[in-house]
Amino acid sequence: MNVQSKEIDELIGTSENTEEQRSSIASAKRRRVQINVLRVLLLIVIFGGWELGARTGIIDPFFWGQPSSIWTQLITWVTQGTAQGSLWEQIAVTLEETVIGFLIGAVLGVVFGVVLGRNQFLADVLSPFIKAVNAIPRVILGPVFAIGLGLGIQSKIALSVVMVFFIVFFNAFQGVREVDRNLMANARILGASQRQLSTSVIIPSALSWIIASLHTSFSFALVGALVGEFLGATKGLGLVVQTAMSNFNNNGVFAGMFIMAAVALVAETLITMLENRLLHWRPNVANDATM
Amino acid sequence: MFTTLPMKNSSTITHKEANQVTSAIELRNVTKRFRTPTGQTYTALRDLTLSVAPGEFCAVVGPTGCGKSTTLGLISGLEKPAEGSVQVMGKPVQGIDPRIGYVFQADAVFPWKNVLNNVAAGPLFRGMPKAQAMERARDWIARVGLAGFEDRYPHQLSGGMRKRVALAQTFINEPQILLMDEPFSALDVQTRTLMEDELLNLWSSLSASVVFVTHDLEEAISLADRVCVLTAGPATVKGIYTIDLPRPRNVAEIRFEPRFIQLYQEIWEDLRNEVIISYERAKQRNR
Repeated sequence: MNVQSKEIDELIGTSENTEEQRSSIASAKRRRVQINVLRVLLLIVIFGGWELGARTGIIDPFFWGQPSSIWTQLITWVTQGTAQGSLWEQIAVTLEETVIGFLIGAVLGVVFGVVLGRNQFLADVLSPFIKAVNAIPRVILGPVFAIGLGLGIQSKIALSVVMVFFIVFFNAFQGVREVDRNLMANARILGASQRQLSTSVIIPSALSWIIASLHTSFSFALVGALVGEFLGATKGLGLVVQTAMSNFNNNGVFAGMFIMAAVALVAETLITMLENRLLHWRPNVANDATM
Repeated sequence: MFTTLPMKNSSTITHKEANQVTSAIELRNVTKRFRTPTGQTYTALRDLTLSVAPGEFCAVVGPTGCGKSTTLGLISGLEKPAEGSVQVMGKPVQGIDPRIGYVFQADAVFPWKNVLNNVAAGPLFRGMPKAQAMERARDWIARVGLAGFEDRYPHQLSGGMRKRVALAQTFINEPQILLMDEPFSALDVQTRTLMEDELLNLWSSLSASVVFVTHDLEEAISLADRVCVLTAGPATVKGIYTIDLPRPRNVAEIRFEPRFIQLYQEIWEDLRNEVIISYERAKQRNR
């Protein structure tokens, strides 16, 4: 990725391109190749073992699926569509619910986190309520939203928002609390107003906490949307999976699972890109990103 | 040039001058208490009286944890005294005075801003147009010897360079009062000497009143016009010494001068007892 090439640029750029540096770049490249080869091997072992197990009867494909059948199922969905219509439409609906829920939840979480983080009194007043609501397993709210908001996308968005909000809120709150007191004092002495303290010290400082929470909370937004669809929907990947399940089509369930995993990975990559952009000042951000 | 105030322990006052100049900073019978997490009160300063003349460089030395930093907090307006009065330029301190600059002990530069934006932060906070603030920042970056590092982020700089950024960040606001809280204590000895010289250079062009807190007596004597020794906490003034070493000074060499050594011995005599008291107390507490 561009982060890695930047590292190499720096290695070359800092001084003359000596023999030692060239060999260290070469060994870094070799290491990367090794890692990628091992990753592919591991993938082959897992799926090959699964397929082999299913063919030899060690694993019952009716209950545990079979990679080749999962693949066939995916091809069928792509070429002929699902029982609910085109596969892309189902993905689009689920993605829409997830992204909207994620954005609303994240924004609310950051706003509440920063406000309560800066206002000790308000935080003291509200803390038992927040703890109580946080103690509720939030998936339970799914039926409530399904009844209250109907089978459309609103009930799924609502569930996603609730799932995301608390994760982002607690991180933003903690991030604001952990702002270096020296930095605050320094900014005040340099002449920052209360608003400037928020925008140029507190939010940038809490940003690494907030962004860390976005990584986990996107998958929770996806869980919210999918659970919402399980409980009752007319469209969406969750419905596709639920239909497969009621037909005892476990390969369909696995196929749906892989699609969702792919969606989550793409989102994760986008969030990492956002992170590198916003937190480029941070040391070692490049090392974290290559993980 | 110096003002002195009546003090309990007046025998240690070595310098008195009749012509009174209005002081830039004046702490009168100041007491400061903190509430500890366990609900007890802890007295950091007791009945502390100190004044600093305009343009004077005053070093405050005392044993570790005696409340030296608290003094700066009171002058800056970050903290309020429980008793007594704190005046800056003849007016009681209310909130944070824009004429004050503060260099912190720990790194207090903004890690998410590059050098240029760190130095420009003060003027920008104070509403200076961006282009002008950037121009002044570049000028100050050059003055502290960091030209060419404008785009670097703090984590890419050494400790000494980060201190230079902190100095430029503070000096760009052209403070009339400069508060320094052990600013160089985290640096290695060589870098520290360089930075001390740098500071004296910058200060001579600015003519600000300085209160420089340190636990390093050598540093205090080589930099200051006056050294104020505080007692082990709760801190109060134990003695004030005038440092009559000529300026401009070379910090690396001045410590070999006979007069320097003489002053050192004299002040150390005073400071040593307080250091021992403070050490004994720390031992008791940990028992």
